[in-house]
Amino acid sequence: MAAAVFLVVVVVGIVSAVVAMSHRSPVVNVLSLVVTLFCVAASYALLGAEFLAAAQILIYAGAILVLFLFVVMLLNAPEEQRPKEPRPFQRAVGLLLALLAGVGGVAVLIGIEVVAPAARVSGDARAIGRLLVGPYIFAFEFISVVLLAALVGALVLVKRKH
Amino acid sequence: MWASVVVTATKLVVVAGSILTGVAIMEWVERRGAAFIQDRLGPNRVGPLGLFQPIVDAIKLLFKEDVTPTNVNKGLYYLAPMISVFVAMVTFIVIPFGAGNDVTIFGAPLGGLIVAPDLGVGILYLLALSALGVYGIVLAGWSSNNKYSLLGGLRSSAQLISYELSMTLAVLGVLLATGSLRLDDVVSHQAAHVWNFIPQFVGFIVFTTAVFAETNRLPFDLAEAETELVAGYHVEYSSMKFAAFLMSEYMNMITASALIVTLFFGGWSFPGMGRFSGWPLLIASVVAFVAKLAFFLWLFVWVRWSLPRFRYDQLMRLGWKGLLPLATLNLVWVGVAMAMRWL
Repeated sequence: MAAAVFLVVVVVGIVSAVVAMSHRSPVVNVLSLVVTLFCVAASYALLGAEFLAAAQILIYAGAILVLFLFVVMLLNAPEEQRPKEPRPFQRAVGLLLALLAGVGGVAVLIGIEVVAPAARVSGDARAIGRLLVGPYIFAFEFISVVLLAALVGALVLVKRKH
Repeated sequence: MWASVVVTATKLVVVAGSILTGVAIMEWVERRGAAFIQDRLGPNRVGPLGLFQPIVDAIKLLFKEDVTPTNVNKGLYYLAPMISVFVAMVTFIVIPFGAGNDVTIFGAPLGGLIVAPDLGVGILYLLALSALGVYGIVLAGWSSNNKYSLLGGLRSSAQLISYELSMTLAVLGVLLATGSLRLDDVVSHQAAHVWNFIPQFVGFIVFTTAVFAETNRLPFDLAEAETELVAGYHVEYSSMKFAAFLMSEYMNMITASALIVTLFFGGWSFPGMGRFSGWPLLIASVVAFVAKLAFFLWLFVWVRWSLPRFRYDQLMRLGWKGLLPLATLNLVWVGVAMAMRWL
């Protein structure tokens, strides 16, 4: 049962990821990216990480991609203004990156069951919270500083325009 | 196994049916309440006190011509109302609407009156899915290929993103005090201690205000703003597709009121609960929940017909400079109070 669900999730996820890259309309790109992220969340849920699944939908689908959609709709570039041909090297660099990510993913995933009913690390919020403020406290705080820097950077850029 | 499936299915049907009935009742309450506040009579011709008006309205909407304008983006135009209704329908399942842990039906434990008692992420599920509601509005606005719709959709997405922050921060205070993401734990914690609106009054005010914005109700209905945008994101919709947006607004209102009750007013618990058990407790708790829910639903109507609409910059200023600092302050207060063992 779980394996069948996983199969559906994977197929839908990959198809929507391809659509997200290749469709001509930017709005459709963003929307199929939403579907892809949903599939990622579903595979988290299959692994027993309910909290991660909910956070994935809340943050990516609920907030970040809404902003993407917002920008796409505000610009609303007419058909003829969109670039027809990809830039030189774009395809090659994309393939290289995809290959790297693929190899890395396979290397990490070898020997891990895709559908684990009883995960080794409990995926509930309490366990993740303990990990974040325990062994990973430095990385966690470091990421918040990076985010803060990005925030200040965005403010500076906006101020300069005025 | 089968008994628990039947129990869950029954809960689902009861909840979905109650919400849809609630939508019909709220339509009547809204129109009669508006009339009462404006010193007129309101619809009073169909049935006693005009109670059958929602049925007549539904039939009218069903039989209206369903116009699809020529230049709309067809797929997204059809998808948008579906997203809105779907999101509004599925969020209620984590809200406990009555006691019933000690009740069994046909030998299967009821597991409390909540559709999904085993969902550990509880309120996160609700927040995650309700965050998707913005897609329905944004896509409706964009796919209609109409300036007014687009403006309504854009305003709405900015508004929802801004107020989501304050809303989530206010919820965080409650979760901090409870120590659990599950809403039935939130309710039992309040039943054992004190209802959250007393220690976290600021959080309650912030949450209620933000929820008004999240449901696109006056004084924050900038997305519709009839006087400027005709009807905003749903200008181009007619017949049942229009009704779908209307229904989802009322369903969101019901879920939002239920959330206010659950987070800040003790959910289904009521004073003197200890004297009941079993079925009487179950019935009394459902009555208590519905009574509190009805009050907050009336508050939605009351506010809508009493306050004028905010201007857009006022809305943004209130969200970012008013509610967000207040919500943060509330969170700090809860943290300090818990560290000092006052809570």
